Amino acid sequence: MDMEAAKMLGAGLAAIGAGLASLGVGDVFAKYLEGELRNPGAADGQQGRLFIGFAAAELLGLLAFVVAMILIFVA
Amino acid sequence: MRQFMIEPLGGTAGWEVAGYNIAFTNSALWMLITTVVLFAFVALGMKRELVPGRWQMMVESLTGFIDDMLEANIGKGGRKYVPYVFSLFMFILFANLLGLMPLGVVGVHPFTFTSHFTVTGILAVISFSIVLGVGFWKHGLKFFGLFVPHGTPLPMVPFIAPIEFISFMVRPFSLALRLFVAMMAGHLLLEVLSSFVIGGGNAGFGFGLLVGVPSFILMVGICALELLVAGIQAYVFALLTALYINDAENLH
Repeated sequence: MDMEAAKMLGAGLAAIGAGLASLGVGDVFAKYLEGELRNPGAADGQQGRLFIGFAAAELLGLLAFVVAMILIFVA
Repeated sequence: MRQFMIEPLGGTAGWEVAGYNIAFTNSALWMLITTVVLFAFVALGMKRELVPGRWQMMVESLTGFIDDMLEANIGKGGRKYVPYVFSLFMFILFANLLGLMPLGVVGVHPFTFTSHFTVTGILAVISFSIVLGVGFWKHGLKFFGLFVPHGTPLPMVPFIAPIEFISFMVRPFSLALRLFVAMMAGHLLLEVLSSFVIGGGNAGFGFGLLVGVPSFILMVGICALELLVAGIQAYVFALLTALYINDAENLH
């Protein structure tokens, strides 16, 4: 296979990682909302943890984006 | 892409100090603008009126927000970090928001300097050095106990310590990478969508209706999302800095 084509395919495949991270981020917020509706009184104290979980899940998706960018522009 | 290009302004391209180029770039210009806007924003709310006006309320609710966050995450000792974390939060927030301003319609193109790894990297390194400084200042060599969580069985220490060490050393990278990629991806997305609008419009009426109009509607939605992301990323940066400082302040 042509090198350039392989890079582009790899960058496209890296987009799968971004999509999967979106599942993770959605899950973080979904579970938080579920817990919040069950016990609204305790919800406000846990918002910090919500964003820590969000940040961790999001970072892994952003790494997929970085892989795509490296394949297109650097490699 | 043009919007991410760093270029020297007004004939400063040749400025050098000890062989290093110190040209005044558009990146530096927008950092200066962000600082000035931030300074004005806070200064207008520091009149200490007995009955606070709207502006003072705005500034005070932001400082109170950071104060609460530090108290919740670090405890009583967290208050002394309010100046740093507040400046960090507001600087990133204002940089993100100013970079999103639609000033292009009047011919001024905003430059989002948080979409560059050098800038976010330096911010992360500052946070990380504060963590190291506080840790070694307060706990001395006991700070290395951070790599051995409380209650680890002795045979597990050689395995746990390297993992903890790596997860500690990777923090500045993940901190910087998150902000940089989130801002760059957002701006790239807006650029791609706007190129759809322009390309669809140029290709004729049918394409404009089929491609241009939906892309434009999506772009308006994504712009709103980007405003949210600008806030969340600034908050996450400040929150993680607070958590890392917590590790140094109260060694677990």
